Amino acid sequence: MTSVDTHSPRAIWQKDGEAWTLELAGDWRRDGAPVEVTGNAPKSAATRYKTDALSSFDSTLPAFVFALLRSIPAEKLKAPSLEGLPESLRGLLTLALAVPEEHGPPALASPASAIAKLGDIAQKTWGSMIGVIHFVGETSQSLARFITHRARFRSSDFWMVVQECGVEALPIVTLISFLIGLILAFVGNVQLANFGASIFVADLVGIAMVREMGVVMTAIIMSGRTGAAFAAHIGSMKANEEIDALRTFGFDPFDFLVLPRLIALVLMMPVLTIFSNAIGILGGMMVGSFVGIPPVLYWNETLTSVDLTNSSLGVIKSVFFGATIAISGCMQGMQAGKSSAAVGEATTKAVVAAITSIIVLDSAFAAIFTLLDI
Amino acid sequence: MAAKITVHGLTMSYGPTVVMHDLEFEVQDKDIFVIMGGSGCGKSTLLRHLIGLEEPAKGSILYGDKYFTATDPTERGDFIRRFGVMYQSGALWSSLTLGENIAMPIEEAGQLPAHTVRDLVAYKLALVGLSGYEDFYPAQISGGMKKRAGIARAMALDPDILFLDEPGAGLDPLSARRLDDLIRQLRDSLGSTIVIVTHELASIFNIATTALFLDSATKTQGAVGNPNDLRDHSDNPAVRLFLNRGEAPQTKS
Repeated sequence: MTSVDTHSPRAIWQKDGEAWTLELAGDWRRDGAPVEVTGNAPKSAATRYKTDALSSFDSTLPAFVFALLRSIPAEKLKAPSLEGLPESLRGLLTLALAVPEEHGPPALASPASAIAKLGDIAQKTWGSMIGVIHFVGETSQSLARFITHRARFRSSDFWMVVQECGVEALPIVTLISFLIGLILAFVGNVQLANFGASIFVADLVGIAMVREMGVVMTAIIMSGRTGAAFAAHIGSMKANEEIDALRTFGFDPFDFLVLPRLIALVLMMPVLTIFSNAIGILGGMMVGSFVGIPPVLYWNETLTSVDLTNSSLGVIKSVFFGATIAISGCMQGMQAGKSSAAVGEATTKAVVAAITSIIVLDSAFAAIFTLLDI
Repeated sequence: MAAKITVHGLTMSYGPTVVMHDLEFEVQDKDIFVIMGGSGCGKSTLLRHLIGLEEPAKGSILYGDKYFTATDPTERGDFIRRFGVMYQSGALWSSLTLGENIAMPIEEAGQLPAHTVRDLVAYKLALVGLSGYEDFYPAQISGGMKKRAGIARAMALDPDILFLDEPGAGLDPLSARRLDDLIRQLRDSLGSTIVIVTHELASIFNIATTALFLDSATKTQGAVGNPNDLRDHSDNPAVRLFLNRGEAPQTKS
């Protein structure tokens, strides 16, 4: 025998009349050589073990023996013989074998055919639509309770949310709106200067900001910022059983969690939108002064095109966008699963749903305003 | 030979709040060392210091004769590879199944054939009484099972030192007893040193070779020694009271 042989882990089956002996030898180490099995393994467990040549071992040895024992059907294996194994191994194996094997979680049967898959998708989509209707219904009920002064939530919670989605969002809204105004003015000026009509940059920026860009950009910022925060907060509350705790104390989670967020966001969105419009126009004005339009002239030109009707359109839309963001954030949070992975999933869904519905809603508004000729 | 773990003049604090000061104890090789004390006295904080998740305000921790606390946190790999840690609520990775939770550290530690990893995972789960639960996600099992799966994961790499944070809390008496047996078996067969945070008295008397009592009144260690001796003969009345479940402690004899 060479020295390599004495160290590599070996398992040797030997038949001895009716009895089977399993000889275990060598160094059984996780970072060592792979196990060599020699001899024909019987269909039953070994009747005794021989470990004279066994030098050292870690968990790989009991794991090997355990796998052998578990490969035998449980009804044949009443009390496996552990004779011949070192004392410490016997203890560990007895402990490992003490509890019978559990047979897998209820298997998630994957649908067989493409038609079954399609049906599955349809059912899921239908289910999530029902979920949305259910949630909006619950929220409306909660809102009705609020109007009739029967809803209970802590006013400090409400003001916290107002601060979170109002004042604290100002820096990012300022930056984005300013840059959007800037970009619009640059792009517009390149084209309008061809006609010597640079002054109309003011009209372009003004109308684009107050009707579309101000409110849409603010809504997208808020869905990434606040909608995600709502989903993550409520989702982790759900994972921690905090929502169950609210229920058992008689607080309606809709009144307590959804309502303050919804009201706060619906109140703050118009304010942020007006702010964003003003900053965007300021950005346009800066570009204007670079290309030779004095700020006073720019301002006067803006006032001729941006009237009350125009600017109220964006503000009206912002109320709906705010409600959409709050509802999709809170809904995904409330419907989240009970693990940290599920919270991440809920947050993603909330942001995607909010942005998608903002764009869809905005197109609907565009169609309506065109029909009404405003 | 130097003790397995030596804690010298350790003061722990969160900002200006001192949790415990001047801790002084040794954990010998193959000890089952229990850290006990009332709720909120800093047991878990001490554990977090021992495994390097918190930095001590003062004092030092040595493993063997090597200074753990003086080593830069980025160079503690050699220490940390010898640790197995079970956190209070399991801290299983929720996006992985139980099998994957245990397989991940094993696969990360070295190239092993897939069937060996599978056998190891099956064996580790069986040790904690969760045989056959490989394909369950942590969200699908109960709190006590999560805890046991956490222990299986802590044992994944046959650690030299196993740290267990409240392993028995929330388990039924039979499972808790099994767990005690498991801990003793691990110590005997693998030669691991085991550090446990617990306040389960039954378990303390059953398995501890040495116990450290943290006294929240004086904010320092109350006593260190064998729990049976401490119960009857400790100089510190708080220790006797704790180990006798608040019933009139026997007078010092």
